[in-house]
Amino acid sequence: MRVGLFIPCYIDAIYPEAGIATLELLERFGLEVVYPLNQTCCGQPMANEGDQQHSAAAEQLFVDNFREFDYIVGPAGSCVKHVKLHLDAIPQSPEVLHVRERTYELVEFLHDIVKAAAFPWAYFRYKVGLHNSCSSIRGLGIALPSETMGTPFNKTARLLQMVEGLELVPMDRPDECCGFGGTFCVTDEAVSASMGIDKVHDYMRHDAEFVVSPDMSCLMHQQGIARKAGIHLKFLHVAQVLNGGPF
Amino acid sequence: MGDDKKVDVAAHAAAFLAQDDVHEPMHDKNLWAARMKRDAAAREVPEWETLRELASQIKEHTLTHLYDYLLEFESNAIKRGAKVYWARDAAEHNQHVWNILQEKNISAVIKSKSMLQEECGMTAFLENRGITVTESDLGERIQQLDDQPPSHIVMPAIHKTAEDVAQLFARTIGTDPRNTDPHYLTEAMRDNARRRFLEAGAGMTGANFAIAETGSFVVCTNEGNADIGAAVPPVHIASIGIEKLLPKVKDLGIFIRLLSRSALGTLATQYTSHFSGPRKGGELHIILTDNGRSKRLGMPDFWTSLKCIRCGACMNTCPVYRRSGGLAYGATYSGPIGIILDPTFDESRYSELPYHSSLCGSCTAVCPVKINISDQILQWRKVMAAKKYLPVSRRLAFGAAGKIFEHPQLFRSAETMASGAIRFTPDFLLYNRVLNPWGRHRELPHFAGQTFREWYLQYRAKNNEHGEQRP
Ligand code: SF4
Repeated sequence: MRVGLFIPCYIDAIYPEAGIATLELLERFGLEVVYPLNQTCCGQPMANEGDQQHSAAAEQLFVDNFREFDYIVGPAGSCVKHVKLHLDAIPQSPEVLHVRERTYELVEFLHDIVKAAAFPWAYFRYKVGLHNSCSSIRGLGIALPSETMGTPFNKTARLLQMVEGLELVPMDRPDECCGFGGTFCVTDEAVSASMGIDKVHDYMRHDAEFVVSPDMSCLMHQQGIARKAGIHLKFLHVAQVLNGGPF
Repeated sequence: MGDDKKVDVAAHAAAFLAQDDVHEPMHDKNLWAARMKRDAAAREVPEWETLRELASQIKEHTLTHLYDYLLEFESNAIKRGAKVYWARDAAEHNQHVWNILQEKNISAVIKSKSMLQEECGMTAFLENRGITVTESDLGERIQQLDDQPPSHIVMPAIHKTAEDVAQLFARTIGTDPRNTDPHYLTEAMRDNARRRFLEAGAGMTGANFAIAETGSFVVCTNEGNADIGAAVPPVHIASIGIEKLLPKVKDLGIFIRLLSRSALGTLATQYTSHFSGPRKGGELHIILTDNGRSKRLGMPDFWTSLKCIRCGACMNTCPVYRRSGGLAYGATYSGPIGIILDPTFDESRYSELPYHSSLCGSCTAVCPVKINISDQILQWRKVMAAKKYLPVSRRLAFGAAGKIFEHPQLFRSAETMASGAIRFTPDFLLYNRVLNPWGRHRELPHFAGQTFREWYLQYRAKNNEHGEQRP
């Protein structure tokens, strides 16, 4: 099974450790992982703004980079959601459809395809607040949204609970949006910041020491909010915890 | 309408947040409480998701056969003794009301909340012609006295604190400004309104559901004022949007079960009143109103917004609405449902509304009739971008970002340039310095010493044989 590793632009530049952890983790499961060197961005920022014209070229490049892989895996719920659900600024050729169908967010890939049953190399003795992004929950089905009735499940929590020492703290509003929302965080700054601070306070109320998420973009926003407010909380991508580093 | 009239929803929201430490936290807390009650009520119904699916299907069926059901409703309502009028738009709707009032020589009406009448600007229209219009529902009356539109479709004055209401009533109906006890205030309003019920020549209501099979309609309220309004004055005028139709009485059960649980988390509204023809000695006038609905029905991406039963659940769950207040939207409908309805009335005026969403999708998941609200919000952004309603600075920004992301070499050099700067900022993601309010509330993230890609090239070079690719 050949896996194409998709590293979104902001992880490449700001959070390379999340990318490294993802690669190492996938390799621990014996997968052949390749990082196509010409990748840039999936087109989400432009598409999110409604700008189909300018997202088209980025989308085409994404497909060109990843069309030959059995699976494409990225440590980023919202980017993967874009590829799966909204990569439609270009004609939907069989290649495009193949890429869209085979692109997975890391947690769902580990949970549904690899069926990871243990992370014996990982150890994390901290209280953790879990932030599944809205894209992962309501877009990719990584957990049952709290609005939906039925038997609850949470794939990220299930994986994290396999890590020795890790304790998940409950939250008052477990799947409330943190206010990142891509371009929303700049075009609607006041509301975005207010949502972020409420989210950070929710972790604080429950004594979380770390915040862990499959979506680094939400964490970038929350981390910025926490730092500005002088709140000492640490933020990690779920891949770093499951892989046991790098931190 | 020109750019000058564009609603700047983000700026209004910022003002609501900045006014004090009281209003926004209260607004957020009260609406979240409604959402929690809704969850608890929904959890009691094992077939909840099935009900949502059925409701959605019934609405879609009705909307795709709307012409037939409307005619069936009309003929059955006439058989029962109602007078039925058709209104193409707000102006025709208001004209019908005015004609009826004039014919009967009526100078005062008592009305119960109707979003359609709100949409038509009916109250201002009638008042300009010398009619006294009194809102009978408490929240609506509060908003009327304060000269504001409703800020929520179920809880019109939810953005006000008890202190706000005490001040307002002291100013307008002479209560004690220091007494903020809700019972005291409610009672004072009741006394004030009772007289008006008796003086009114007509009672006006909306309708939650209209049944084609019987020509009757249903009004769901909690205060019962619609019933008094319909029962006391001799004339009852009901404004019904053409999308309110349901085929049969037996369909109602599904919607009644969903409506109140979704709205407030209660099992049913206090009053679920069925009106089937005029009461003895009275008159019933029904105005079936289009006002943009048939146009919306013809919009492939947006027609399912007509399924909406106005429960307000999407507003309660929306984290953006909870922090903005409903008035920020500058429109009849606010919150997620407002974002997808308002542009159908005026694309330019409401072109910023689709951006007042983090696209979290909670609205879609909560909606009892399964409207894909969040997808429609994104779809509206595409319309706004394609029609160039966005500010030029933003259009250029995304154009530039598009170019960078299209060319890997450009992207690498952009990365290097950004890392060379003192601080790396997230506007790199958007690729524009025009859009950079990031740092006001958030500390900027730090650029890593080495990109993932650089690490990968080294790692692959020294670690294994997969490194057949070259940059
Ligand atoms: S869109 Fe759905 S959730 Fe929102 S008010 Fe309408 S029916 Fe209720």
